[in-house]
Parts: sequence; C-alpha cells; structure tokens
Amino acid sequence: MSPVALSLTLIFVLIPLVLSKTLHLGLEKDTLIATVRSIIQLFAVGYILKFVFESDSWTYILLMVVLMILAAVQNARKKGKSISGITWKITATIVAVEVLTQGILLGFSIVPAEAQYIIPISGMVVGNSMVLSILFLNRFTAETEAHQDRTELILSLGGTPKQAIHAQLTDAIKASMIPTIESQKTMGLVQLPGMMSGQIIAGADPVQAVQFQLLILFLLLTTAAVSSILLGFLSYPSLFNERMQLLRERGID
Amino acid sequence: MKSYIPAIHFRSVSYEAGGKKILKNITGSFPAGKITTLVGPSGAGKTTVLKMCNGLLSPSFGDIVVSGRPIGDYEPTDLRRRVGIALQDAPVIKGTVFDNLALPLRLRKKELSEEAAEAWLEDVGLEKEYLDTKAAELSGGQRQKVSIARTLINESEILLLDEITSALDRTSRREVEDLIVRINQKYGTTIIWITHNLEQAVSIGDYTWVLINGKLVETGESSLLEHPQNERVLEFVKGGDA
Repeated sequence: MSPVALSLTLIFVLIPLVLSKTLHLGLEKDTLIATVRSIIQLFAVGYILKFVFESDSWTYILLMVVLMILAAVQNARKKGKSISGITWKITATIVAVEVLTQGILLGFSIVPAEAQYIIPISGMVVGNSMVLSILFLNRFTAETEAHQDRTELILSLGGTPKQAIHAQLTDAIKASMIPTIESQKTMGLVQLPGMMSGQIIAGADPVQAVQFQLLILFLLLTTAAVSSILLGFLSYPSLFNERMQLLRERGID
Repeated sequence: MKSYIPAIHFRSVSYEAGGKKILKNITGSFPAGKITTLVGPSGAGKTTVLKMCNGLLSPSFGDIVVSGRPIGDYEPTDLRRRVGIALQDAPVIKGTVFDNLALPLRLRKKELSEEAAEAWLEDVGLEKEYLDTKAAELSGGQRQKVSIARTLINESEILLLDEITSALDRTSRREVEDLIVRINQKYGTTIIWITHNLEQAVSIGDYTWVLINGKLVETGESSLLEHPQNERVLEFVKGGDA
C-alpha cells in the first residue's frame, strides 16, 4: 500500500468524527485518541517485528512473548481482584497455554520454528487466553456471589469446597467457552476471519489461507478450554480457608 | 437446676466480622440428648452461634468443644455430618426434590433409594408425588420441609435448626415439631432450635438460651421464658427489643 493510499484511509476516521460532531455524540476525543494510539502502537509493533524477524534471535522472540504475556496479565488481573493471588494464577494459566500450544506446534513441526510464525501465533493465543480469563473471572465472580447459599448448603452437609463450588465453576467455564465455540460455527458463513482476510488481501492463495485459519481456530479451541478450566481450578480454593469455610460467610441473626 | 452432659460447650466465645462484634464472650452448654431452643431478637447473633456449632464459622476468640473434643480436632466434613444444620432460607440445588434429598449421600459417593426418599418425605409431611418436582417450583413451606428431610438424611448426632417452621402453616408446623421430638426421643439426638415463636420455644424445648445483642443473657430450663427473672429477658418476652 502506498503512503498516499494509507493516508486516504483516514477518511474512515473522518466519517465517525463528522457524525459525532453533527449529532453531538461527544465521541470525537475518544475517536482521535484511539486513532493516534493505534497508529503509534501498530507501527511500533511493525518495526519491532521487522527487527526481531531480521535478527532471527531466540532471545528477542522470547522477550516478545514475555512482553505479550505481561501485558495480557496486567489487563486481565483487574477483573479478578476479589480472588487472592490472581496475578500469579493468570500468569500461570497464560504461560501454561502458551507452552502447551507452542509445544504441540513446534514439537510436531506443524509450523516452522521461526519468529514469523511463533510471534503472531503467540499473540493470538495469549490474547485469546486473556479474553477467556476475563470472561471466566467475570462469570465466576457473579456465579459465586449469586449462589453463595448453595455453596454454603453443600459445605453444611459435609461437602468439600470443590463439591460446594462445582456447579458454579462448571457454569462459569461453559459460559466463557461458548463465544469461542459459537463464533466457530458461523466461521466463513457470516464473517471471514481477520487473519485469513489479511492473507488473501496480501496476495496469498485462499486455500492456503484457509489452512492457516483452521490451524488458528483449532488452536483457539484448546486455548479457550485450557485457559478457563485451569484458571477455574486455580481460583476456587482462594474462596475458602483451611477449615473449609467460605471466606465471605454470613452470620448474625 | 439439673446438671446436664454438654453436647456442645462454648467457652468465652467472641466473634467479630467487618469490625462489628457479633458475639460477645459467650460461655454456655447445649445439653446432650435434649432440645435446646435458642431465642432472642433479630440481629442477636443466633445464626452465628448455629453456624459455629457446624463449623461454617469459627470464633474470633474462645473455644468450642463438641462431644468432648475441641471443634478444631474434627475434619470439617466429618464435623458437619455429625452436626447437621437446616439453614434458615432452605436453599435448594438445581434439580428435583429427589436430587436434593440424595445430595448428602451423593457428597459421599453413595446413592439414596427411591423408597428411602419417599419415607423421608412422608416423615416431614410431603406426599411422595413431589419426588420428581423441580425444587425451584416448590412453595416456601414445601422447600423448608425438603430442607429438613435433607438434613435428617445424614442422621447426625446433633441437629441445628434455624427457624425451620417460620414458613409453615399451623398444621405443618405441628407435624414438623412432632417429627423433631420423635427423632430426639427415638435416637437421643441433641437438637438446637432457633425460633422466634416463644410459645414453641417453651412447648418444644427442654432447655433455652436467650441471646440479646451478641450476649448470652440467660440459660436454663425452657420454662424460664414463662416467668423470666432477668430484666432484659422479661423485656424481650414482653415483646420489646431488649
């Protein structure tokens, strides 16, 4: 794409700006900030990637992956403040998912062990693991609060914390995985996935683009399942103490 | 006053939560094999006392002894089977009435037979036709009956009952009272029963604890409620909020 053509894409920023101004939506400032940030962030990433690809150094590849994980953890931990030790729990989850997926991809030589493959795929895995963690934490927090009476009931009958939280845990795991599964059902019918579209626009063979997209879709299924299940099993014990009591137990009357 | 063997003994028990003192230095016993009624105004800390007996809560200060052993010596799951509780709101799990009745055994990887479930339902005055009803569709009173039956299935040595008849009509209340008295007499089960109904507290109870504002202000035979000597108990019995 020529610099002139790229500049012309700003028309797509001007349209919402004009609409927001005309209709007094008050979104001009946020739209401008979003535009400037995306230009700076994407160009920065582009140049960094170019440098890492050319250097062909494992140190830089690892550094990139670590930075992605740190950014993802920083973002997701805000949603799980009520769960003690949530930072290390999310870190452990995302690292485990990344190690598992890259282990399979590289171990079976599904993709070449090159920065050009490892970094973008890691970006998708870490990003999705982060989104899944946020979805899971939102739902899990809501479920445990809404059904505290059931948790208390099972404990009172001699159940363990795991038995007491099981229904809420599985509901939260299922709810956080549903968007991934549902979006895959309509893939190619309702929308062309971003990565595939990008490859096709860049001139790749559509069938090859589909093959890579399938790889990513399957990868994201594992990412979704492992992220929410692992984070779930790491999170629930912190709701209880060593006497198998709910930490937010109610008393009085 | 007669001397009793304590099933549960509180020694200088205090409980604080959220910077608030809920129980204040409570010392007293619940006699073994007897029905103790626990009365007092709302917010006195009665449910807190019950949840401590079952190990759902622990004292901030002081000790609790259950059947001669410090409460901390029990495995929490074992303690809660020995000391069963029917919670005030009668919560139910998803599923049918049968699923709810089978829950205590399923937690131990055991199954409840349909015949046994029907017998327990009949004991609390519910027809066996209710077994397949969704628990969420039950009325408040029916839920309370299911909750009582579910607690009884663990065949606990000590039963804690938190306002279990508050949502029941007069006839159902009598049936449940008769059932609890029968269990107490047949198996020697120790009963600790929170009630707002002072008439019930006297007619059912052998022994009574009066809790006011987190303090145990009076204990003794339940007839104490008929002729209170303590001024605060007198005020409470007369209908004031002590």
